Amino acid sequence: MTQPNDDVILRVDRLNVDFTFGKMNLKAARDVSFDLRLGRTTCLVGESGSGKSVTARAIMNIVEPAVISSGAVTLFDLKEGEVLELASLDPDGAEIRAVRGARIAMIFQEPMSSLSPVHTIGAQIIEAIMLHQDVDKHEARKRAIEALRDVHIHDPERAVDRYPFEYSGGMRQRAMIAMALACEPDVLIADEPTTALDVTTQAGILKLIRELQVSHGMAVMFITHDMGVVAEIADDVVVMLRGDVVEHGAVEQIFHEPKHSYSRALIGASLGLNNAEARPAPPTEGTPLISARDLSLFFPGQRKLLGKPDPGVQTLKDVSFDLWPGEILGVVGESGSGKTTLGRVLMGKYQPEAGEALYRTGSGDVRDLADRNSFRDKQVYREIRMIFQDPYSSLNPRMTVEQIIAEPLWVNNIAKGAAMRDRVAELLEIVGLSPAMMERYPHAFSGGQRQRIGIARAIALEPRIIIADEATSALDGSIRAQVLDLLLKLRDELGMAILFIAHDIGVVRYFCDRVVVMHKGQIVETGTAHQICDAPREDYTKALLSAVPSPDPRNRKIMPPLSVAE
Amino acid sequence: MIAYLARRLIAMILTLLILSMVVFVVIQLPPGDFVTSYIARLSSMGEVPDENVVEAIRAQYKLDDPLFVQYWAWLEGMFTGNFGFSFEMKRPVAEIFSQRIGISLTVEILAIVVMWGIAIPIGIYSAVYQYSVGDYVATIVGFLGIAVPNFLFALILMYVCYVWFGVTITGLNSPDFANERWSLAKLLDFASHVWAPVLVIATGGAATLIRVLRANLLDELKKPYVLTARAKGLKRHKVIMRYPVRVAMNPLISVVGWVLPTVISSSFVTAIVLNMPTLSPILLRALLSQDMYLAGALILFMGFLTMIGTLLSDILLAWIDPRIRMGMIGAR
Amino acid sequence: MTMTTENLSAAEADKDIVATTEDAQLDAVKPGLQYGGTESQWQLIRARFRRHRLARVSLWIMAVFAIVAIFAEFLAPKDPHDVQARYTYAPPQALHFIDRDADGWRIKPYVYDYKVEVEAESLRRVFRIDETKKIYVRFFAEGFEYKLFGLIPMNRHLIGPEKKRKPLFLIGSDRLGRDMLSRLIYGTRISLSVGLIGVSMSLFLGVLIGGLAGFYGGLFDAATQRVIEFLRSLPTIPLWMGLSAAMPRDWSPLQIYFAITLILSLLGWTELARVVRGRFLALKSEDYVSAALYDGASHVRVVLRHMVPAFTSHIITAASLAIPGMILAETALSFLGLGLQAPVISWGVLLQEAQNIRVLATAPWLLAPGLAIIVAVLAMNFIGDGLRDAADPYTH
Repeated sequence: MTQPNDDVILRVDRLNVDFTFGKMNLKAARDVSFDLRLGRTTCLVGESGSGKSVTARAIMNIVEPAVISSGAVTLFDLKEGEVLELASLDPDGAEIRAVRGARIAMIFQEPMSSLSPVHTIGAQIIEAIMLHQDVDKHEARKRAIEALRDVHIHDPERAVDRYPFEYSGGMRQRAMIAMALACEPDVLIADEPTTALDVTTQAGILKLIRELQVSHGMAVMFITHDMGVVAEIADDVVVMLRGDVVEHGAVEQIFHEPKHSYSRALIGASLGLNNAEARPAPPTEGTPLISARDLSLFFPGQRKLLGKPDPGVQTLKDVSFDLWPGEILGVVGESGSGKTTLGRVLMGKYQPEAGEALYRTGSGDVRDLADRNSFRDKQVYREIRMIFQDPYSSLNPRMTVEQIIAEPLWVNNIAKGAAMRDRVAELLEIVGLSPAMMERYPHAFSGGQRQRIGIARAIALEPRIIIADEATSALDGSIRAQVLDLLLKLRDELGMAILFIAHDIGVVRYFCDRVVVMHKGQIVETGTAHQICDAPREDYTKALLSAVPSPDPRNRKIMPPLSVAE
Repeated sequence: MIAYLARRLIAMILTLLILSMVVFVVIQLPPGDFVTSYIARLSSMGEVPDENVVEAIRAQYKLDDPLFVQYWAWLEGMFTGNFGFSFEMKRPVAEIFSQRIGISLTVEILAIVVMWGIAIPIGIYSAVYQYSVGDYVATIVGFLGIAVPNFLFALILMYVCYVWFGVTITGLNSPDFANERWSLAKLLDFASHVWAPVLVIATGGAATLIRVLRANLLDELKKPYVLTARAKGLKRHKVIMRYPVRVAMNPLISVVGWVLPTVISSSFVTAIVLNMPTLSPILLRALLSQDMYLAGALILFMGFLTMIGTLLSDILLAWIDPRIRMGMIGAR
Repeated sequence: MTMTTENLSAAEADKDIVATTEDAQLDAVKPGLQYGGTESQWQLIRARFRRHRLARVSLWIMAVFAIVAIFAEFLAPKDPHDVQARYTYAPPQALHFIDRDADGWRIKPYVYDYKVEVEAESLRRVFRIDETKKIYVRFFAEGFEYKLFGLIPMNRHLIGPEKKRKPLFLIGSDRLGRDMLSRLIYGTRISLSVGLIGVSMSLFLGVLIGGLAGFYGGLFDAATQRVIEFLRSLPTIPLWMGLSAAMPRDWSPLQIYFAITLILSLLGWTELARVVRGRFLALKSEDYVSAALYDGASHVRVVLRHMVPAFTSHIITAASLAIPGMILAETALSFLGLGLQAPVISWGVLLQEAQNIRVLATAPWLLAPGLAIIVAVLAMNFIGDGLRDAADPYTH
């Protein structure tokens, strides 16, 4: 094949990858074709199982136990004018190994498990350098330190001798990038490199990749399911669905004139959240349902005989807020901010050392949720209900849907027998599921359906408050929107208040009336959702917001805007 | 690292102390004390006990004192090498120890070396070529190794060697050499005998080791860092040896903690079937004749050996695994 | 530089969710995994167990062993204690079904009688099969008296010689001319029951201690952990032996039997306790257990309704994996003369007869109990393996 265009470095042409299970055959990628160009970023998007990662691995020709059944992956050498067909090479042969790591490099989602736990970062980078470059160990080490410096790792001379578990998540991903780029490849394949990271860390990594792409002039193939990330970084987009490429085009076209219905659904789900109109917030007058004052919780570290003392963690520090009847209050923060702990304190799982959280019950008396005794008679549990993050572990797999939803009715003596069954059927209809499903076990349901079951269980007792802990963060885009809409509808119909704990500020803007922003156990800012999202006052909130990818490529926040020439 | 070692050492001493109490209780279990059984034994052999000797024993073991004092006296003896006196053999226990401990340790250490020598290559092969013919053979052999008790394997080996090859594989030296000094000829003769018990002891533990290593390695082979290493351009075999095997070896070393008790247990039984001049037949005879002081000392000693071995394995593990060295994860 | 716990668990959770959805995709193409959605836990476990072919076969084998143990008296052709000094170390007789003679053939089972030869050099008496004399054998033959299940007096046996005192040694006889087959059948009962009773006691201790440690945590848990670590760091066989050697000499076989079982379970509960405690702790942090508490369910209900069903299968698995260990331990102890004592018959007691190489060379059939041990232990291990794979049908 001849060079098709001066900047095309890699061409994937009608690539097919097959998995075989006994006699069954699964096409993980079907007739996938696209080009990667130097200096440009191509995003592969799709939900899990769409064949994105398999395609990436097929480019490297590491797909076993699957096989590349047909198609070509052609790598062009622009200087020498040579072409190399990768898909037909021996997957463990010298030719393909000379390409891996040297001309095409790859980084992965989980930076912890993608690095060997028992070798130093330096050893792993030096190995890559010495494999492809004719240098001695001393020189390789010098280059490894340079590579770490390039990815802005502090004090690279010392960092080089550290183990991956001594790094934070973001630093590990930086180290991975340093390793991948140590041999100055033409193509960098990034497989969901920021999915496991917090938004601010993600923004840093995205900027870093862009910066290195510009300085090295390489092609980047970026795999993600997050349309916001795509909008921020992509030049070209390949949309995949169950192994097929359903649409392929420039980012501008994909976002603003999507042709395929699936692309439209993907983009709609992320744009929809962003373009929410301001709703009239419920009045914050009268008496609040929960009035928390100066909640503080310190987790002491484990004391070990003769070991280094573990300093412990201050999870909550002087947290004060009010939850008003009928409102949706968002609690936003990155991991480690204490937002989940706050939810658990309100459910009586932990008792804070200081502060109080006064709750006005339905019968009019006031209970302190910071006191374990307030939960004794279960009244609080009947009035404050919880929706969990993980729809897979929050439903007992050994109970039928009927038993799960009926549990609160049964143990609180609210309904028995036929009445209970009718109530379960009614609840299933409210959350949009068929009552005929009540005899099934949770394993028969998808994540979104399971979350609906969890919601049905939560509203079975007609609670006054629902605490939703990252209730939608495990769900894919379009399903997330549906569940959020269901919760909004329920709030309007049942009039309960919702404490919505989330890390995703985009969801918060769409869903919440008011928001508290948490950082390192403290509340840094409180305000209405629109004030926080559009006019944040505190620096931390500003930083957090600016790190959130914008779901519109015309309106990039992290990356420089698209140049007019493109 | 030093804190970690100190912790392990303290744990070991405490464990040993508890074991000594258990053993002391076991010693006390049969009816009658040291002297009554001593007298009974002597009279059963038609001898009349010497009053002075009886008094000396009474004083030495502080038999007239409370149990706690007796325990302390006994424990003191254990530490100062005064292990007591064997009725059966009419010799101090310490003397019997020093005579036989070398052979016991030699056989056990050889067995451990052979066990690892068998288990590591087979385990790696089994995992890397999962579901191959070799893997199935290894799995079947592994299961047999678990299901066939050591003494039965020794019996079968003995039978097969005797009937098919006309060789008697009992003992550790031919009768001609039994009382000779150590020489090259005796060493060769020793080697021609020692393979049988070593093989028997090694196979039982090896079977478990293979299963552990195979399972660990199968887990590790799926880890993303394997893909990372291959994406660097390393050859598949090099990747496997350098990364997942290296990681999968760590739990294998911590396994030494229970491999040692198993080895000592199985060498005990094997030594008896194959009639080896180790400590085991002495212990068995002591137990059968309820010579509890000798038996107690031997059991305590075996426990001590096990703990030393476990400590060594912990040190080794901390040395090769940075996560343990730096206190990120526990040893097991 | 370190991750906080919350951070870690959040990352874990994310990863798990991705993994499950991907697995769900793969499951869709795995044959035999089409769930209708209404299968209960036990139905799923059965379906998974059935896919483990070795475990399925092993279950049948263990069923046969169980039948042998239960109907030992009926299945044994001879009284296992019946000494026939005339037939010392008689070799096994082959059972023939088709009787051929001058008149033609008919179906009539028989074995050949023995003849005695005296070896020229050693002057030992040696039994040879005498193909001239037939001993006819019949099914449901009359034999020694016994009480089935200790209640119903009977004297019929599955198989027996037509004439009561004629020799019938299908797998040979021992030093005292006792029928090895009958002894093996009786030994099966004792050896399996030691395993079963021992594991039951271990299970009781393990579930109690492990459950309490898992439920209460704290100091009790820490103490239990240390005890378990301690017991696991000891070489078991010598300690067992010390304990069994300390048993009084004048105890009856039954007392010894229970004492041995107790000794085995005293040192054998640790693994079960570990499993129970581990499951308990894992379950305590499951969201659905928190959900049940927030539903207002009492602690008792949370444990019984939500936690116990989730680990019964694991306990059964651990117990079935512990049985072979018990059987092996009893066998080793008895073999060395420190466990069960004659006249009690167990596999280990039987193998004691096979200790001497010369005896073994003349009468290799004395190793038959060894075969039984291997088959039983292998089968139990396979069943355990199959159960382990099936125990948690909700993970992949």
